Amino acid sequence: MAARPEQFTAPMIQLTFNGTTMEARPGETILECAKRHGIAIPHLCYKPGYRADGNCRVCMVEIDGERVLAPSCSRTPSVGMKVHSDNPRAVKAQKLILELLKSDMPGQGGSPHSPVSELDHWAAKLGVGKPRFPQRQQPQSDLSNPAIAVNLDACIQCTRCVRACREEQVNDVIGYAYRGKHAKIVFDLDDAMGSSTCVSCGECVQACPTGALMPARLAAKVLPDRQVASVCPYCGVGCQINYNLKDNRIIFVNGRDGPANQSRLCVKGRYGFDYVYHPDRLTNPWVRKSGMAKTERLLSSSELTQYFRPATWDEALDVAAGKLNQIRDDHGPKALAGFGSAKGSNEEAYLFQKLVRTGFGTNNVDHCTRLCHASSVAALLETIGSGAVSNPVVDVAEAEVIIVIGSRACENHPVAATFMKNAAKAGKILIVIDPYRSDLARHARYFLQFRPDTDVPMLNSLMHTIVKENLQNDTYIEKHTEGYAALKQTVAKYSPEKVAPICGISAETLKEVARVYARSRASIIFWGMGISQHIHGTDNARCLISLALLTGQIGRPGTGLHPLRGQNNVQGASDVGLIPMFYPNYQSVSDPQIRDKFAVLWQAPNLDAARGLTVVEIIHAIHDGVIKGMYIMGENPAMSDPNLNHARAALAKLEHLVVQDIFFTETAGYADVILPASAFPEKTGTFTNTDRLVQLGRQAIEPPGDARQDLWIILEMAKRIGLNWNYPEVKDIFNEIRQATPSMSGMTWERLEQEHSLTMPLLKEGDPGERVIFTDGFPTKTRRGKFVPADYIAADELPDAEYPYVFTTGRQLEHWHTGSMTRRSEVLNAIEPDPVASFNPLDLAKLEARPGDTIQIQSKRGAIKAIARADTGVQPGVVFMAFCYHEAAANLITNEAMDPFGKIPEYKYCAVKISAVT
Amino acid sequence: MNDITIQLSQHARAEIEHWLKKYPPNRKRSAVLAALREVQHENQGYLTTELMDAVADYLGMPKIAVYEVASFYSMLETKPVGRHSISICTNISCMLRGADDIVSHLERKLGIKTGESTSDGKFYLKQEEECLAACCGGPMLMVDHVYHENLTNARVDEILDKLD
Ligand code: SF4
Ligand code: SF4
Ligand code: FES
Ligand code: FES
Repeated sequence: MAARPEQFTAPMIQLTFNGTTMEARPGETILECAKRHGIAIPHLCYKPGYRADGNCRVCMVEIDGERVLAPSCSRTPSVGMKVHSDNPRAVKAQKLILELLKSDMPGQGGSPHSPVSELDHWAAKLGVGKPRFPQRQQPQSDLSNPAIAVNLDACIQCTRCVRACREEQVNDVIGYAYRGKHAKIVFDLDDAMGSSTCVSCGECVQACPTGALMPARLAAKVLPDRQVASVCPYCGVGCQINYNLKDNRIIFVNGRDGPANQSRLCVKGRYGFDYVYHPDRLTNPWVRKSGMAKTERLLSSSELTQYFRPATWDEALDVAAGKLNQIRDDHGPKALAGFGSAKGSNEEAYLFQKLVRTGFGTNNVDHCTRLCHASSVAALLETIGSGAVSNPVVDVAEAEVIIVIGSRACENHPVAATFMKNAAKAGKILIVIDPYRSDLARHARYFLQFRPDTDVPMLNSLMHTIVKENLQNDTYIEKHTEGYAALKQTVAKYSPEKVAPICGISAETLKEVARVYARSRASIIFWGMGISQHIHGTDNARCLISLALLTGQIGRPGTGLHPLRGQNNVQGASDVGLIPMFYPNYQSVSDPQIRDKFAVLWQAPNLDAARGLTVVEIIHAIHDGVIKGMYIMGENPAMSDPNLNHARAALAKLEHLVVQDIFFTETAGYADVILPASAFPEKTGTFTNTDRLVQLGRQAIEPPGDARQDLWIILEMAKRIGLNWNYPEVKDIFNEIRQATPSMSGMTWERLEQEHSLTMPLLKEGDPGERVIFTDGFPTKTRRGKFVPADYIAADELPDAEYPYVFTTGRQLEHWHTGSMTRRSEVLNAIEPDPVASFNPLDLAKLEARPGDTIQIQSKRGAIKAIARADTGVQPGVVFMAFCYHEAAANLITNEAMDPFGKIPEYKYCAVKISAVT
Repeated sequence: MNDITIQLSQHARAEIEHWLKKYPPNRKRSAVLAALREVQHENQGYLTTELMDAVADYLGMPKIAVYEVASFYSMLETKPVGRHSISICTNISCMLRGADDIVSHLERKLGIKTGESTSDGKFYLKQEEECLAACCGGPMLMVDHVYHENLTNARVDEILDKLD
């Protein structure tokens, strides 16, 4: 639970508790105070961190001078109060309640569903035996949700699940319905959980004290014998988790109280861990059989043994590295390239880029950051000198106005979204700006469903209003910025009246939003890939940055800029240099002074002076015959790159491809050597979340068969490429990162082990780290933030008579990126098993198609078939699809046209035609 | 995911607005009972999911919160029911004065059990659990919001036979 600041200022309250004096902190309840002093008062409906509801009455205490007993979970003490939790009257009440509740249990005994029922715990502790009351009529169990078993026969109606679902996660699915003895916990309209709007976050399961809600498939009464504190392997929110193991097998995951998640998790984090046990895991190295030529055709996982033969590690590594060496020696370093991964740790990313730079001798190293926030980072570096977010997500609690633009946070950053929803519920003004109406819009005071592609004119019109109405922050502009005159000139052209018909939002609304944003005490902007994945992605981000600079809405708690990072370690991988133009800490490869510094640190005198190629450029360079060999670790460009036919043809054309992964991915099908690697829980390393929290992921299990840890593989490859490295332990690599990355220099491994997470920048050992940055100017040469005005340019490929629809891609809540992990997770795949595309119902009607029908989607580059889903959140004329389905890969459709600055492809916009498949 | 939502009628919206004026602007949900009563009235005496969703949207409430209210209050129906709604009190005072006999008589007369509607759609015999606050006149029943007290079987017949 978050500390309440008043606790540290207001005086303590003296009370007498069971005869001894005790001090309560201001705001603390009797129950919390007792607990803090090691005294246990029975409680069931109270859960730390949740609003106390005071409904179960098992926590009753007697207070001298009061006629009736008081629920200690909902009562704050006053000075001199005399409280008894252990006198006969209090204990009698507590026991009676426990007995009544127990009489509701199946067989009036212990919970059959949970080995750690809190009711059983308290009943045993207070010696409550067989109840004297008749049993209630018991409800049926509901096993319709693949993730969660509902057995309301053990429900005590404490409503912890209601608060979990409604007040913590704000998914608003669970209700307490009906009345009298019919009162019960329901999902929506008393629907089966599996067909309700439940998003399977499992917060209710984590909250349930009796096992009435439990993970499905978890054999009841299995107790873990070991717990490993780690981090979620999926998104950039960076939720802290515990792996709960029994006999060295992960049996379930629960949320840990980390700074970014406060014990909350989403469906992926909680239920998506079982991919590690999938039979498709690679357990030995594979080498392409001689004579099995590569073609553009995608191989399916069943074709592995037809095209590849098992090999020993020695042979596989020799072939893998040997051929790369040969290409380097024959054609020069520029004939090689490497893709690292934002799923790997900082240590892996660091070593991988070091291997490419010092072993291959080129800066051709990149990863999927290019495909997500490259344009945001380009804009941030250009304007304010740092790609980092200014404030953590949980800062929404201190904001007054929250803008979320181009982000479906409920799907893509689910736990971050819960904090935004909490803030909206607490009365903060949430402004959602997105062409798609997601669930977040329901909580928004203003929802601007603008036309796709019109971000720049729309944002310019907000700035136009601010300038015109003199709402800009002159002091801030004067002190901390440059280039205001140019911005003013540009935005002058974009009056709301002129822009309204372009973006589809009324001039009045645009003006109102501009005023609300500018005038508030603290406004914060979050953005996602809806901003970045356009050919004008950098321009979009520039506008957002200008908006903040113009109003001085940055550099204080609750106000700033936060591009929501996608991958669990995309921030870290970029920080440690897994990008072609920068060494660690965004230090330019073309700056000779910096190069010299790294030449010394890495003992590599001949570092390449030219910036390397980016993801899409590398694909082009393969087609051009320039790049001939690649080392790909944990990335899946055969699914993730735009215009896949083109990308797959390139991969097939490579003379030599080494793929290091945990599955036979689509990309591995084009490999010459496949190296079986480790999954997230099989290794230890640090991961940097979207808030700049560097967090420790700890090894919980061993890799299967002869699969090896990624660091071991990189080191073996390095050895064979001629690098003489010596890193006995992960922490040795971390310590080198500290030297290479000044913003992490004050972090120590020991402190990470103790505190689990540290905030970057952290310059000096012992510092707390900086939660909020840019508090006094920016890390640019002039210390000022620069306005870079942007004009409206249209998408690269606009709809026309032949291709009249706009196609846009993204993710789904249940599936991660290319689906290689989540589609191999039983629960996640059971919830979303088939490739679906979302259409506005009007468009489906036009096709005379119904939800569930198969629809063909075709662009100039490719065609796929997907199952139609009706969604009024999608605007008419737009088709949305996630890119995780190999059988209907959305990226066969997408356009590889790039933003000129960030080199990010335009995933969010291309033209398609659609037809019903009969 | 979003499904198709329906609009509330002009009249319903006007009625809700009338009630909204009585509450502070940030307490719109206070009007939920009035809103549900109104839309139910316009929809042959029962609420559909679409109508409850529309009320939730209109008042800026989570849908589940509206469902909870609808399932809690006995005067709100979430299934189609007969035109005339009959509630008999079986709580303590009425029970002591013979309410159970009245229930049996009604069930026999209408050929349905409590909680059911007649097949011609004329009568709905409601499940009533709580005291209707007319204890001194028990046994009592309520037909279409009108109280009838000191019942006998004959009196019940008389009341029902008058309805069309
Ligand atoms: S799993 Fe999450 S969304 Fe589903 S009912 Fe529980 S708390 Fe609500
Ligand atoms: S929100 Fe992100 S980090 Fe948290 S559990 Fe879900 S996927 Fe994992
Ligand atoms: S714990 Fe206090 S009333 Fe339930
Ligand atoms: S007991 Fe029937 S009206 Fe009160």
